[in-house]
Amino acid sequence: MSTERRLDGAQQRAEAPASPAPERTDVGLQIEHVSKDLGGRTIVDDMQLEVKAGELTCLLGPSGCGKTTTLRMIGGFLIPDRGRVLIGGNDVTKMSPDKRPTAMVFQNYALWPHMTVFKNVAFGLRLRKLPRQEVSDRVAQVLELVGLTHHVHSYPARISGGEQQRVALARALVLEPKVLLLDEPLSNLDAKLRVRVREDIREIQQRIGITTVFVTHDQDEALSISDRIAVMSGGNVEQYADARSLYREPETTFVASFVGAMNSYEATVVPGGLELPGKLVVPCDDLSATGDGTFEAGVRPEDVHVSLNGDGAPADVVREVPRGHYKEIVLNAGPNEVRAFVSADLPPAEHVRISFTRALLYRDGVLQRSSAPVSV
Amino acid sequence: MSVSFALARSAGRRVLWFLFVGSLIVFMIGPIVWLGLRAFSGLWLYPQLLPKQWTVNGWRQVFNDPNLSHSMKLSFEFAPVVTVASAAICLPAAYAFSRYKFPGRRFLLISLFAVNAFPKIGLYISMAGVFYSLNLMATFLGVVIVQLIGTIVFMTWIPAAAFSAIPRSLEEAARDVGAGPLRVFFRVTFPLAAPAIFVAMILSFLASFDEAQGTFLVGVPKYITMPTEMYTLVLNYPEQVAAVFALLLAVPSVLLMALVRKHVMGGKLAEGFQLR
Repeated sequence: MSTERRLDGAQQRAEAPASPAPERTDVGLQIEHVSKDLGGRTIVDDMQLEVKAGELTCLLGPSGCGKTTTLRMIGGFLIPDRGRVLIGGNDVTKMSPDKRPTAMVFQNYALWPHMTVFKNVAFGLRLRKLPRQEVSDRVAQVLELVGLTHHVHSYPARISGGEQQRVALARALVLEPKVLLLDEPLSNLDAKLRVRVREDIREIQQRIGITTVFVTHDQDEALSISDRIAVMSGGNVEQYADARSLYREPETTFVASFVGAMNSYEATVVPGGLELPGKLVVPCDDLSATGDGTFEAGVRPEDVHVSLNGDGAPADVVREVPRGHYKEIVLNAGPNEVRAFVSADLPPAEHVRISFTRALLYRDGVLQRSSAPVSV
Repeated sequence: MSVSFALARSAGRRVLWFLFVGSLIVFMIGPIVWLGLRAFSGLWLYPQLLPKQWTVNGWRQVFNDPNLSHSMKLSFEFAPVVTVASAAICLPAAYAFSRYKFPGRRFLLISLFAVNAFPKIGLYISMAGVFYSLNLMATFLGVVIVQLIGTIVFMTWIPAAAFSAIPRSLEEAARDVGAGPLRVFFRVTFPLAAPAIFVAMILSFLASFDEAQGTFLVGVPKYITMPTEMYTLVLNYPEQVAAVFALLLAVPSVLLMALVRKHVMGGKLAEGFQLR
């Protein structure tokens, strides 16, 4: 019955998008110094993460970075070796999955093939011995929420992958969990459907305001639906930030290379720009730091300015790749390869001039910042 | 020229193929046909292709002989009891083999098979020694135990493979929505493995139904089942009676195998042997 209230409330909120949902600052999920060894390897190492109530956080990272292990510890399928997991401030570290207020959407959906769509969704409610009428009302409501009104009495094998995905989501949501966990839920869908379903998931998540942890290795997915993204590597969080700061100011070279494309060079700061290998000086007027010695410089392809004649370092065009509304060009600047995203209108040329509009400087893999804005 | 050569070769191959299939059929179906004819034949002497006289005397004799009908009744008592007992013992073991890693897992799995790999009579003899000291000789329980031996490999391997084929996430999803471990087993795991368990139970039923050596050793003189009765029949009764009895013995096998044919053909058995 509290579902009714919540779903109704959610629908009202959706119908009146003019009034923004009040900012909720209460904590949804906390992961405190959690570690987990599996098969003699440390998979998650002293991890910390805090997800605000109603927030969608993505755990993003390459395979083996510990993101799924972390998710399974939140869901109770694995018990941490050290550290605590708190949901709404309550310690659930050792609680079994059937007892904790989490619900998981599995990568392969894990729908029970011997139960119809209705029975799959109703299973958890029936376990709670709710009256028949309430069960079917709540199932109908949640199926409507996920946009699945047909095939209610079909078996999972008879419906499409996208529909199965919705059933899995409905089955998770019908129990009104405090935290929704999604384990690469889109990886089994084709590319087009993936984009649509992820938008649907985001919309439903915002409509009912549920705290959500979403595991993916697809940066595009993470950037497009998350409130915040925790980029993981080696069992730990490298950076936890919203999509924009993650992209514009990656704190480590790992994040820089994992999220988006990045040119990287060994460089020294010289007046007016950066000196790359081959004694090539490329003008740059926005450096994240200054100082002596070599840095690892990261330059996004869209921060490479290409002109046919003008200032800048000389570079030779190796190839052009049309990308629709822009094009990617690969250049050789001395011994350095430079990738640049430029306007599709830029006429083809063999020799061009390049400059950087912005460069991030790293030392020991960590972003270096000047306390004051740099002007050179 | 090469075309006609190829044709000739393919024709030759076809003849060989027919010969091969034909002899296979004779070898496989022949004895059963002979058995069927024998069961209804009166006098049937060597050079005749078919019996001269037809009779149902053999059948009458089997159903009127109290020993024979009693052994049939016994067989149909033992087989279900053994099947259920085997399921009760082996299914938890199968689940453990499939889901848990424990020391000696591989060794135990192989050793189950080893029971079937060596001549069983040696095993039965040593079991008989133990049974004597436990007063299990010529008891119902004793026969059940000895018949269980032959069912264990089916009842463990086939369901274990079926359990392994069920993605763990299906069980986890049930845990996730609030089911305890037992409920997960009975509502998710068991229904999904049911076809394989059914096959395993049929095969166990047949293994128990056809078991003769151990049953003979442990059961005589009190428990004479159909297969053990065959020993006596072959020696002491007219050939027709033995043929009738053999046919009767084959009936459950044929019926039950036909019932599970789909699943057995589907490779449930083969899956069992692929278990890691």
